[in-house]
Amino acid sequence: MKITNVIEANGLTKMFGDFTAVNAITFEVKKGEIFGFLGANGAGKTTAIKMLIGISIPTSGAAKVAGYDVFTQAEDIKKNIGYMSQKFALYDDLTVKENITFFGGIYGLSKSRIKEKTKELLEDLGLEDVASQLVGSLPLGWKQKLSFSVALIHDPKIVFLDEPTGGVDPITRRQFWEMIYRASSQGTTIFVTTHYMDEAEYCDRVSIMVNGKIEALDTPKKLKEQFHADNMNDVFLKLARG
Amino acid sequence: MGIHIENISKSYKDVNALKNISFDVKPNELFGLIGPDGAGKTTLFRILTTLLIANEGKASVAGMDVLLDYKEIRKHVGYMPGRFSLYQDLTVEENLKFFATIFGTTIEENYDLIKEIYVQIEPFKDRRAGKLSGGMKQKLALCCALIHKPKVLFLDEPTTGVDPVSRKEFWEMLKRLQEKNITILVSTPYMDEAALCDRIALIQDGKILQIDTPEAIVNQYPKTIYNVSANNMYQVIKSLKAYSHQHSVYPFGEFVHYTDTREDFNTLDLNHYLEAQNLTNITIEKTQATIEDSFMELAK
Repeated sequence: MKITNVIEANGLTKMFGDFTAVNAITFEVKKGEIFGFLGANGAGKTTAIKMLIGISIPTSGAAKVAGYDVFTQAEDIKKNIGYMSQKFALYDDLTVKENITFFGGIYGLSKSRIKEKTKELLEDLGLEDVASQLVGSLPLGWKQKLSFSVALIHDPKIVFLDEPTGGVDPITRRQFWEMIYRASSQGTTIFVTTHYMDEAEYCDRVSIMVNGKIEALDTPKKLKEQFHADNMNDVFLKLARG
Repeated sequence: MGIHIENISKSYKDVNALKNISFDVKPNELFGLIGPDGAGKTTLFRILTTLLIANEGKASVAGMDVLLDYKEIRKHVGYMPGRFSLYQDLTVEENLKFFATIFGTTIEENYDLIKEIYVQIEPFKDRRAGKLSGGMKQKLALCCALIHKPKVLFLDEPTTGVDPVSRKEFWEMLKRLQEKNITILVSTPYMDEAALCDRIALIQDGKILQIDTPEAIVNQYPKTIYNVSANNMYQVIKSLKAYSHQHSVYPFGEFVHYTDTREDFNTLDLNHYLEAQNLTNITIEKTQATIEDSFMELAK
């Protein structure tokens, strides 16, 4: 079976005036991979992600996401990826069902498909009883699981998760990771950013950005060996502190 | 001169945010309140800093009652709320001056206390607070909470959203502040930070699950935990959850933490079972409990 790359970035660069926010990063992410994208505040992560999701045009270099070019096919990228962040995910003043319908509609699903998906999703998450409640009234953990499912509503090849589990209790957090594993085992690529290094340990491979460059990229296990560290937190501190 | 909390309850309409909470923070202790969002951490901070009145129970801070001596308490505590508390459109220096003036002091008078932290943000003293990076905002907020030399410092999720380097520096600062005779109550949703406190209270849904030193909490974990891994993580989790003798199954990074219900548990049995599920490269090894394991066992 041929392994296809869902992200291919080659010398991807973004400059703001004289400042090089992202400095020629080169990496690929495979189909079904759980890829951790780490870096300190200001290392260039957000700028890099904005280029990958088609909302910021790179200064130079090349990249394809889900098979589409970041320079010329940004709109196709947006249609073919999922995105979830802790800051923005769902509308608190819409009900659970309305949120699902809304996002299904945004991604161009047919009415019958939205109906199907709504049923499937509510069952899957055990949210049938609260389908008509406002999302704002749900516990944080439920919201996060729901927003992950909604980010996958159009069956994207890749989903970008920006700090997905901040503040959630440890049991819910693990249920969330089980959902990620399940999506990955079904072939969805997962691209995660986080400041919490224990979360990095769940990833198949992890990259660490320092001052606009990718300074390390490997499995958590190999990174720990390479940096003689007990955990990813120590790896990060060694790299980012120099 | 620490903190005394006795049978404190607080509810908002039909939500019981705190349910009969009692504990003490010793003078000069670095005490951690560890729990997820919605556990009641902020409500407790607001009661102790006299911004909110409890429905039941009593509490004192540095020997002063939160109801009777609220004005006095406000002079002697530093409070760094979870959300960014500074004036975004004032500069770094203006923010600090503002807080010093409010408390009837000057930056110079207590400069010793904040010096070490302030020198790191001083190069940006003319920058507006809104334009600072997360790590720098956090340092400025800490300086502002310290400028009047408080007896007790309340830090509500100071490290949320901050990168690991800044988090580490922040905890190092707290340790040094402790040496200057300041009692510190700090909250965090991140269990790995618990180990850095003298004692911790694990809190969820408005109830305290346990209070002790981080070591003691981990030592009291009732079961033997095994790190289980194999070629396919999702299959491992599914298989373990379907195993009839499982007590708990939690993914932990590259492993799954597994506990068994049997006293005479033999890892070979589990190995055979996983092999029968078509898993390969199976490893099963004993491991140490973490605070997170304890939290989940208690919250179960």
